[in-house]
Amino acid sequence: MTSTAETPLQTGLRQQVLVLYLASSALDARVVGWSTYDGTGETHPTTGDSDVPPYETGLDALKDGWRLFQASQLNPPYPGHEYDVSFLKHEFFFEKLV
Amino acid sequence: MPHPHRKHLLSSVQMAHFVATGALRMDAVVPDDMNRQAIEVLKAGIPGVPYGTPLSEAFVDSEFVERLVQLPEVAGAIHSLVGPEPTVDHHAVHIRKAHEGEAQNLHGDAIIDVRTDAFDVQLMYYPQDVTLEMGGTLSVPGSHLRRTNESDTGRYQNLRGQTRLVCPAGTVQFLHHGIWHGGRKNDSDLDRYMFKIRFNPTVRQVRLWNTDDLYDEQVAAELEQNFPWYENATGRLEKYNRIKLWQAITGDDTYDPNYWVTRVSNRPQRVVTDRANNPHASAKKEMA
Repeated sequence: MTSTAETPLQTGLRQQVLVLYLASSALDARVVGWSTYDGTGETHPTTGDSDVPPYETGLDALKDGWRLFQASQLNPPYPGHEYDVSFLKHEFFFEKLV
Repeated sequence: MPHPHRKHLLSSVQMAHFVATGALRMDAVVPDDMNRQAIEVLKAGIPGVPYGTPLSEAFVDSEFVERLVQLPEVAGAIHSLVGPEPTVDHHAVHIRKAHEGEAQNLHGDAIIDVRTDAFDVQLMYYPQDVTLEMGGTLSVPGSHLRRTNESDTGRYQNLRGQTRLVCPAGTVQFLHHGIWHGGRKNDSDLDRYMFKIRFNPTVRQVRLWNTDDLYDEQVAAELEQNFPWYENATGRLEKYNRIKLWQAITGDDTYDPNYWVTRVSNRPQRVVTDRANNPHASAKKEMA
């Protein structure tokens, strides 16, 4: 079977990824953390490079053209671990193809 | 190590600040003459010590470090946090070279460490003025009670309210073992130096500081503070865990001014229901 999907080399498109951590599971909640990865290689975002989030809410990222492709699930706490704190819970992955 | 004078011990408010934030910062606490000497000393390297060496023995071959840990304010903070005669877990000189391209991932040191009634502290000493461009240590206030392992948090590049250290020469900060942190990229023309010592307590960490202000209102205010990167719901759990830690280090398991722990552990055992109201009870018989 022959694949008809175009490769990134054919399209020239690259993926930029934005990860937003929100204050609740609602997509229009306040941004509390953020990370970016640039598949074009033109920028080099890294740890501790900014104190100002790129957007105030997850919804603001949608309005600016970012496409949501993954949101973290809502899992109940493991019995006995209801008061534990660990990773950030409300993680949203966005992409732009440029 | 001599017992520090009471006036150099931390206050309860400072300890509550440490319990809430996981950090305590002392700006320019090391005198200039030591700071000027430090770079050459750190470049030459500090002799290694075996894990678990008592502090009083660890730096007999390093006069500079001995002076550092015996500075009254530094010795007072060490005593307040981990008690008399802690052991030195390890120490390290960290150098971020000028224009070094890489930042460290956000991480906690060693491995996941979920002790709820004991903690290690890491002393970090900065002998130079540290500018934002020099990439001073990134740390995240209030992250120390999160149960995560080492660099599993590496995906988090920036968190709202994070601390990108900018400080005057001679600054020392003490960090709880669990705090999320990392060396930032140095974009300046200067090499940046930092010297770190991890201390392990050898006594139960209960009321080791100056407790004159133990029930000051500011203690409660420190413990109740929120951080901008906390999610709404998990931020409340942080306060629960913080109060549990404060109860452990004060030895007072009734302290809970905002009821975060009390409310969810309240399971009264006293039964007052009248048996007559029990529908499963047999019917009362008329007395003859």
